[in-house]
Amino acid sequence: MSSRPFLRIDNIHKRFGPIIASDGVSLQIDEGEIHALLGENGAGKSVLMSMICGMVRPDEGEIVYKGVPVRFNSPREAIRQRIGMVHQHFMLVPNLTVAENYILGRGSAFRVINDIDKVHAKIRELSDRYALDVRPDALIEDLSVGEQQRVEILKALFNGIDLLILDEPTAVLTPQETDRLLTLMRDLVADGKTVVFISHKLDEVMRVSDRISVMRDGRVVNTVSVDHTDARGLARMMVGRDVGMELVRSAAAPGRLVLSVENLICRSETGLPAVRGISLGVHAGEIVGVAGVSGNGQSELALALSGLLPVDSGRVVLNGKDITGLAPARINAHGFSHIPEDRHKHGIVQSLSLSENTILQRYDQPPFAARGMLSRRAIGTHTRDLIKRFRIKCHNENQRIGDLSGGNQQKLVVARELARNPDFILVNQLARGIDIGAMEFVMEEMLKQRESGKAILLISTELEELFAICDRILVMFHGEILGELPPDRARLEELGLLMAGKTADHSEQPTLAG
Amino acid sequence: MDDMMFFTFLAALMGAAWRLATPLIFASIGAVFSERAGVLNIGLEGTMLVGAFCGFAAAFATGSIPLGLLAGVGGGMLFGLVFAFFTITIKADQIVVGAALNLLGMGLTAFLFRTYYVSTGKGIEIAQPVHIPWLSDLPFLGEAFFRQNLIVYSTILTAILATLVLYRTAFGLTLRAVGEHPKAVDVAGRNVATYRYAAVMVGTGLAGLGGAFLTLGHSNQFVEGITSGRGFIALAVVVFARWSPIGAFFVSLLFGLFYALQLMLQAQASVVVPYQVLQALPYIMTIITLVFVRGKGAAPSKLGQPYEMR
Amino acid sequence: MEQVNQGARDHVYPQAAHALYRTLSQAAISAATPIAAVLVALSFGAALLWLNGFTGTDVVTVMVMGSFQDARSIGEILLKATPLILIGAGLCVAFRCSIWNIGAEGQLYVGAIAATFVGTSIDGLSVWIHAPLVMLAGALAGAAWAGIAGYLKVRFQASEIVTTIMLNYIALILTSYLVTGPMRDVSAAYPQSARLVREAWTPRIVSDMRLHIGILVAIVLAVALYIFLQRSSRGFALRVVGLNPHAARYAGMDVRRNVMIAICISGAMAGLAGAFEVAGVTHRLYQNISPGYGFEGIAVALLANNNPLAAILSGGLFAMLRSGSEVLQITSQVPQVLVLVIQGIVILSVVAFAKFRGMFAGLR
Repeated sequence: MSSRPFLRIDNIHKRFGPIIASDGVSLQIDEGEIHALLGENGAGKSVLMSMICGMVRPDEGEIVYKGVPVRFNSPREAIRQRIGMVHQHFMLVPNLTVAENYILGRGSAFRVINDIDKVHAKIRELSDRYALDVRPDALIEDLSVGEQQRVEILKALFNGIDLLILDEPTAVLTPQETDRLLTLMRDLVADGKTVVFISHKLDEVMRVSDRISVMRDGRVVNTVSVDHTDARGLARMMVGRDVGMELVRSAAAPGRLVLSVENLICRSETGLPAVRGISLGVHAGEIVGVAGVSGNGQSELALALSGLLPVDSGRVVLNGKDITGLAPARINAHGFSHIPEDRHKHGIVQSLSLSENTILQRYDQPPFAARGMLSRRAIGTHTRDLIKRFRIKCHNENQRIGDLSGGNQQKLVVARELARNPDFILVNQLARGIDIGAMEFVMEEMLKQRESGKAILLISTELEELFAICDRILVMFHGEILGELPPDRARLEELGLLMAGKTADHSEQPTLAG
Repeated sequence: MDDMMFFTFLAALMGAAWRLATPLIFASIGAVFSERAGVLNIGLEGTMLVGAFCGFAAAFATGSIPLGLLAGVGGGMLFGLVFAFFTITIKADQIVVGAALNLLGMGLTAFLFRTYYVSTGKGIEIAQPVHIPWLSDLPFLGEAFFRQNLIVYSTILTAILATLVLYRTAFGLTLRAVGEHPKAVDVAGRNVATYRYAAVMVGTGLAGLGGAFLTLGHSNQFVEGITSGRGFIALAVVVFARWSPIGAFFVSLLFGLFYALQLMLQAQASVVVPYQVLQALPYIMTIITLVFVRGKGAAPSKLGQPYEMR
Repeated sequence: MEQVNQGARDHVYPQAAHALYRTLSQAAISAATPIAAVLVALSFGAALLWLNGFTGTDVVTVMVMGSFQDARSIGEILLKATPLILIGAGLCVAFRCSIWNIGAEGQLYVGAIAATFVGTSIDGLSVWIHAPLVMLAGALAGAAWAGIAGYLKVRFQASEIVTTIMLNYIALILTSYLVTGPMRDVSAAYPQSARLVREAWTPRIVSDMRLHIGILVAIVLAVALYIFLQRSSRGFALRVVGLNPHAARYAGMDVRRNVMIAICISGAMAGLAGAFEVAGVTHRLYQNISPGYGFEGIAVALLANNNPLAAILSGGLFAMLRSGSEVLQITSQVPQVLVLVIQGIVILSVVAFAKFRGMFAGLR
């Protein structure tokens, strides 16, 4: 390792309107290391890296790269300085080929493209060298997410890099693909490159990094060598106090069968097979978890159950009534609540008030409507009540919900869905994009619902969330349920194998995306 | 109608179809450019009117058709600049701005026409057909395809050139990327707004040219609302053509055929349907096109959406 | 920060006074945009006149003031305001549901055709039955014509922008066919339909003025649509569909049905406007019965920020400008189409000011 730091970030500040994203960050990256940046959602990891790669300009502070202070005005300038970044949301144009994506923005804006063969050759060469399996003439839209990620990494190599930044690269990968990625990261370091790896998953960080910096509230709270720490210590640094997420809960006392799904089959919105024959049952007073790497049909399962996606075959029975293929309104009427995965798309209407969002399903039912007209008084009283009970931070019930923080928006969605007094609650990603405080709160609420005899199906990609509140965990892979486990941390490895599609009877998984 | 007459009719029909398709070809190829970059310009109707008027006014003043065409393109682009400023710089709703520009185009051209030209009642000399040696003497084909004016011939060149630019140059590559994933373009170091401006300019310039053809290559006069919906039909042509310039060329020809049928059948005494039925044909076909050709999958995914740089 | 200020203010002012203050300041802010937009458009119009050798100040002296000469001229303004308020208020509903109905002009024509048919083919009814029947026929026909575009949208995802515009042309051609063919009054020199029977005419407010009760119907309906949108359950669903169709589906709202309702309401209002033009003004169907009210209605709705109540004011304003432009044509030979230019500029100014306001709000 060289004596002077490879990249030094000094007291960086960045604000977006009222939101402070970076509050005096300082960080030092050494040449040839894998440096992990660990932190919760909203801790300021991505923004920090966006400033290094020229996408966002810092308000204050200094970035010293290879001993020289730099101030990038565009990503292009950072690329010229051999800094590459793979974003969480890929920067690949779906209707172009791999090679076309690589030459986007290169050379004169008006040149005729006549060197594509040379580009293809270079891509093939790099792909072979790092065993990336990238075809230069493939259309991006035909590639799986894992493949697209390799295309992104190869793009950085194609541009020439000394520093590679990976933003939450494993969120979309299966454990196998993750392994492959971690190996690639070591190969890159062996080739003399430096890697910064953003993550919120402790185990991966522990496996691959040389050093780890933990971020919290827009600051780096500590940088440690991987040999001098453990997962528990890192977790404590991440949230600023001891965590165990040991919520108090009584033993499961499952009652009658509330929801049963028999051999459900449906396709995704793009028409691809997504759910390939799922059967499950949820009883009153239990929380059933569905674990799995995202993109294995969980979203489609949730949408099909709630009537938002057509069902090809199979049966969904709620409270003894067949609700397969009914319209969402009819399904809701049978005691079905749904806390959706994508809050902004389905859960709320940004430009409407909290009050109006509270009555999204019950806008035409008493007491919120009488003779076809909305009863503002009843709606206001009800909303104020929910705001108080769920400790939603806002000015008043007439405020635009879009102005609230993600955690408070999610609280309102949870409040609304629970207030409808359902028998069955479908939850897809309970705590996505919200802070720890709000997360604990909504988890406790779920446990209370369980106590009161509701049946809950919790779909999540976060194992911590599942272990904390579920009574049993189903593992979903490739549109099927591969097995069931108790929420026992001791069986984490078994769970991981199931998530990778490895069942006891055939330990070799034949097909894997990518 | 005997065979000979039928073939004569057919040849004339084909020739007229191409001529009548010409404004649509220009406008729809232009629209392919702006829509590929994610900009939906429903103000094309007004833009074409401005092109038609500017072309007429310039040719009226100078007697030169090339200058007229140039003025048509310039007028269209000036209008496009207003559209681009409002939709790209101010990020206003593209549909609302487009609707406003249609009103403006209609109002301004009619206002100026009535102020300066309506009382003169004079027309202009329009572009004359150029007979292509030898080919124009071919039976039927000659009449249909080789006795057109230069503007009509240039539609082929425009379609080929547009295809080359869109698929074989860095500019075209970036343009196509801008409509699908503007952020990727931004990260790659190209300015999204610049490309959208450029796309709108190409689109409105060609729409202006299409409008100018109406006064300089077709009718010898400006008439209020002379475009009669061609700007809107061009938008449907683009959907049918799945956002490809060559496709836009052929789909426009199909629509040209509807226009030609309408004109030629009106002249036929033996046709019993009311002429209004034929008159409505292009409009009805546009609706049918939209119903049967659902090109959602091929549409640029960011069509109509402003790009917010963080 | 914000919360602290809010709290402090609550402490100083009593609750009711604070609410009043807020309502008034909000009203002032929301009125500022349209007023500024109209001023910009008038200045542009003045510049256009001046540049082309007319008297620029005519825009104010003749166009704005000149149309208020006497009761009769005010009556003429209200007569023109009737279709504008009807169409504008109806389009507010469609636009709130994110339906871009550009076809009010065609819906107006179809409404006029239906009204003419009912007004000429039936005889011997009392005015109490026949006149409302004519209005109903117009509204239903307009709704049906708009419903075609709505159906094509919900069933085939065909863009309503293009289909409604195509339906405009088809409606105009249909009208021209009818008045030159089946519905033509053969005794007349011009292509026009037979005269509606007396009982089908829309009753006048004052017997010696052309102004008919349509203006009252328009105002009542605009208020009704405002209440519908803001206060009713159905109107709430319609707004949610317009703002976020995914959330609407999730919440169990029928998106397609709401789209149909919204477009049919706007069509019915335009059809009713057409019925009033025939039954209240011309008493016959002509080829050019509308000078573009259907397109002007778009500007009316946008200026009103898609609020039907405000559409009463913006409709009145545009009617005044239209009347004024007629006066201007007579007194100074300024082509009346000037009014289209002014409308276009009004729309552009409204969107520009709205964006700037958003930017200021973002800065605060």
